[in-house]
Amino acid sequence: MKPFWAWLVRGFCWISGFWLFFGAIVVVGYVAWRGILHVTPALLFGSVSPWDALLNRVSVLNGLWPATVGTLSLVLGAVGLAAPLGLAAGIYLAEFSRGRIKEILTVFFDVLAGVPSVLVGLFGFSVSLILHKTVSPRFGPCLLVAVFSLMILVLPYVIRATQTALEAVAPHTRLVALSLGADRIQNLLWVLLPSSLRGIASGLLLAIGRCAEDTAVILLTGVVISAGVPRSLLDPFEALPFYIFYVSTQYASQEELNRGFGAALILLGVSVTLYTLAYTIQRLVGHWALYRA
Amino acid sequence: MRTFLAAATLAAAVLPLAILVFVTLLALPLYNSFSFADLLTGHWDPMHRGYGIFPMMVTSFLLAVSSLAVAFPVSLGCAGLIYGLAPPVVAGLLKRLVQVMTGFPTVVYGFVGVFVLVPAVREVFQQGSGRCLLSALIPLSLMITPTMTLFFADAFTAIPREMLLGAAALGADPVQRFVLVVIPSAGRGLAAGTVLSFGRALGDTLIALMLAGNAAQVPSGFLESARTLTAHIALVIAADFQSLEFASIFLCGMVLYILTSCAALLAWKIRTSFGQGMS
Repeated sequence: MKPFWAWLVRGFCWISGFWLFFGAIVVVGYVAWRGILHVTPALLFGSVSPWDALLNRVSVLNGLWPATVGTLSLVLGAVGLAAPLGLAAGIYLAEFSRGRIKEILTVFFDVLAGVPSVLVGLFGFSVSLILHKTVSPRFGPCLLVAVFSLMILVLPYVIRATQTALEAVAPHTRLVALSLGADRIQNLLWVLLPSSLRGIASGLLLAIGRCAEDTAVILLTGVVISAGVPRSLLDPFEALPFYIFYVSTQYASQEELNRGFGAALILLGVSVTLYTLAYTIQRLVGHWALYRA
Repeated sequence: MRTFLAAATLAAAVLPLAILVFVTLLALPLYNSFSFADLLTGHWDPMHRGYGIFPMMVTSFLLAVSSLAVAFPVSLGCAGLIYGLAPPVVAGLLKRLVQVMTGFPTVVYGFVGVFVLVPAVREVFQQGSGRCLLSALIPLSLMITPTMTLFFADAFTAIPREMLLGAAALGADPVQRFVLVVIPSAGRGLAAGTVLSFGRALGDTLIALMLAGNAAQVPSGFLESARTLTAHIALVIAADFQSLEFASIFLCGMVLYILTSCAALLAWKIRTSFGQGMS
């Protein structure tokens, strides 16, 4: 005969599980229910023909195309910057730093990982403010500033994923090339990095997901509701998550609301796909590496 | 090669410091006219030169603590199911679900909240617009639960097998092992996960901005409209760059930075002393 409290504990665990499941169903179900019918080519391109929009011959005024291109450029720019810097720092932490220095640097990146995204945006904004005063009055919140800020946001991801993946390489794998006469750099390039590719790749995927999803950073660094397809790095831009936010606060028509649900469904689909991929290829890296506040 | 890597690491390590320096410097205009203590305890009334951020601090803290209070037991329960209280198939599926949920965009939580939760809260409680602390609390706790669950589940699996086998040999069933052995010995992992989730709840912007109503007042209940530090930053950013109102968002930024970095430091401290005290 099991004690009563054991049943209580078990029951409580199941209730928690169902609560989380219920929450996920409400979020996914509602967005899918309201959005699924509106995910059509017209959602992206409005009344413009897709071909004209892709070639940038006609600007899309009633579709998500400019916002999608904006989000793509943000992701490409930010991850493009964060990947080399994060890889370098991660490799340094895992392979070349020891003792106190390593500990301090790790804490620094832990702190950076914990900085709220709105603060990262605020930092980017103040950098642009200072550039505006010192360099050129033409400078303001723009795509470049947003890319730079998002780079800061996802940098800890890349660093931690790289570091953890490298540190998880088995000691015997680490020693084989060295014992055959390879030097440290050769060992790193030909043995250690290839065997930690999964971890690094999953870190990069999560970084992409973060860039595509984050709203607070771009909210402060130059996102607007109608900028068209970004023409230069110094112009304001549109982005999908901001469009969703904007629609929820001030949609003017049913059509706009439908586009908002379509955008939410697309963003949710993209994020879920990226995260699923990241967790699927990730074996060695612990959740700690992929965790960020 | 080594120098290059070190330079890159240094450049990256400068960033967290640079953020702190920037928010501190840009808040300076405020300290010329007001004392630090007044700013932290005063009320927000920019029309009458009131730039205190006390209401926002209270709201941020209240929202973070209450969403943790909801998310902690739920995460513990879910981690328990994943750990072994549920049949393996269910545990595997739940783990998958939790992993996928960590990827849900915050703005989508907010979006669904605006169209589902806000009207529901308005109907049920028949008070105000429905944009209140309660409406932000539910999605916020749902947002932090998945990462917390994964963290807890990791802490559970890190427990030495011998300990569990010992308990099993003494006749403890899975639930008894979970409550009497697993949870107590994963104490540090649980603490670290909770502290990090606190930082995450504190740093969330979109859910609070979209659902909490944003009135700059000290809330007297969960059905009151309130504004967090993060939402305050997002709302005031459009103000005149020379104004004191604008400088106040950097003060909010500083408070947020200090709180979240304390959380990160504390979590690190707890984590690194893992090996020493398993008891």
